Amino acid sequence: MTEPTVADATASSGPLVLGIETSCDETGIGIVRGRSLLSNTIASSMDEHARFGGVVPEVAARAHLEALQPAIEHAVAEAGIRLRDLDAVAVTSGPGLAGALMIGVGAAKALAVSLGKPLYAVNHLVGHIAADILTEGTEPLEYPTIALLVSGGHTSLLHVRDLTTDVEMLGETIDDAAGEAFDKVARILGLPYPGGPQIDKAALDGDPDAIRFPRGLSRASDRDKHRWDFSFSGLKTSVARWIEQREAVDEPIPVADVAASFREAVVDVLVTKALDACEERGVPRLLLGGGVIANKRLRDVATRRATERGVTVRIPPLSLCTDNGAMIAGLAAELIASGRRPSTLAFGADSTLPVTEIHVAEAP
Amino acid sequence: MILAVDTSIGSTAAVVDPDGVVLGHSESASPRGHAEVIGDLLVAALEDAGVSADEITHVATGMGPGPFTGLRIGIAAGRAFAVGRGIGVMPVVSHDAAALAHIERTDDGGAFAIVTDARRRENAVSVYRGLDAHGLPFRLSGPELHPQTADLAAILPSATVIVPTGTARPAAATGTASGALDAAASSPGATAEDSNAAEAPTSIIRAADLGRIAARTLAAGVAPAADEPLYLRSPDVTVGHVRKRVST
Ligand SMILES: [Zn+2]
Repeated sequence: MTEPTVADATASSGPLVLGIETSCDETGIGIVRGRSLLSNTIASSMDEHARFGGVVPEVAARAHLEALQPAIEHAVAEAGIRLRDLDAVAVTSGPGLAGALMIGVGAAKALAVSLGKPLYAVNHLVGHIAADILTEGTEPLEYPTIALLVSGGHTSLLHVRDLTTDVEMLGETIDDAAGEAFDKVARILGLPYPGGPQIDKAALDGDPDAIRFPRGLSRASDRDKHRWDFSFSGLKTSVARWIEQREAVDEPIPVADVAASFREAVVDVLVTKALDACEERGVPRLLLGGGVIANKRLRDVATRRATERGVTVRIPPLSLCTDNGAMIAGLAAELIASGRRPSTLAFGADSTLPVTEIHVAEAP
Repeated sequence: MILAVDTSIGSTAAVVDPDGVVLGHSESASPRGHAEVIGDLLVAALEDAGVSADEITHVATGMGPGPFTGLRIGIAAGRAFAVGRGIGVMPVVSHDAAALAHIERTDDGGAFAIVTDARRRENAVSVYRGLDAHGLPFRLSGPELHPQTADLAAILPSATVIVPTGTARPAAATGTASGALDAAASSPGATAEDSNAAEAPTSIIRAADLGRIAARTLAAGVAPAADEPLYLRSPDVTVGHVRKRVST
């Protein structure tokens, strides 16, 4: 067989790439031409997880397998391309749920082999950063930038010096992801899944300062070991304990105040650490990403406090903030444009892929 | 030209021509690492056959039964390859491939059960007898799950030979009926007479056999297996409800 080659990446239109993302509960198929978004097809299995109150890995993996083929067909039709016109296939190698990632990896390899096209295996977290470059009508992302990525699967603070070569993990959650904390507290309050929008709704008339819930890993004693890490497990327990104490004395639960105060604790710790990182690293730019960015309070507080501290905030459109295949394709397109070789076919799914591995298994 | 892929036990790919002649085959017997090897196995099968991806007209996928995480990778790969080529997928029950291989190996016309490890101390069991008019293994029952502690000899029709495949070690092959296994192992030919005799395990379900079943199914114009993975088990989750107290 002949070695697949990458089309001329310097062509004005850029490489045509299809990206496959299956790291959590969203089957994302994206198609980009260079930095232009042609399709961002997402099939979510969120409804199937609702009755379990959180993402169930086996349910997610089964859903990926069924959604993959229709999603690819939908994306191709929407982009108005033919698969054989692709310059490359891209896929998330990790981090994420192992069984879910494997579906995308297996499918991407077979698609690449069937088309005789090169394959780029990339890092999911760095994909979230790449989402920014697909945003229409904005100036290109300036480096370096601090990036705060918040979702149901991860909560990470990154120092990005270059999208394709130099991303540093400053800190991440040591227990629950922020999105998970929303889901769990929603459950404590008797609200349905997913918790983010439900907490938001409940918090509408609540007082964010009514209850002072703890800000995880924010004490002076945490500075050495966990300066940039997050923890939301203690916050969740604290909310549960507060409610139990009220119930014990037959006091009514002020759901709006609890929701607003809990949300404030999450938002406060996220924004504080992100802006502290901007200051300490001398980087006046903050990029937000991940599904929890859909939370308006988080966006508002981040924007307001960033402005106060002279930091510019960038927030891609929400459809590119949640997990999607377009950001995976977009990252691969950047790798191609910078002359990087495709991945060999021998990589696997890596549930704990470090953020320093932006491009996995690059061919020698 | 048929490309067959199966990850129900190991990982394997094959290219089979419309007459059922195996042109190329590749496999990894490892019960892990399906996602790692699947791409190279597809390439190896095509290269072994001297066939390009463009010449493939059908993709046969092994639908299991098999441990879920691995099983799905072959199905995902098969479906994605088919999408890339714009061709159809032909689902095949993976046990049928093992059955075809067994029939060709022994050819005694008797009933036999393909038994594979389904994890969680269960086996997946399918019972066959001979080939039908199209040369396809005739499945009498299954695939279905049985506890690994179950005495298959007591459950299956009498004189059914137990064929452990992959890592399966059914109770009948190691427990009270182990005399039959020993007999089978020490004196070949004893299996036909002995009730529930077991033969030595084969290591893997081979895509070459899967592809030959697909070729015969296509030639006969009969309906293929259902296009859904044979999980045989619901996702193992409990619905979250009762809140655990955190206060003491
Ligand atoms: Zn994500």
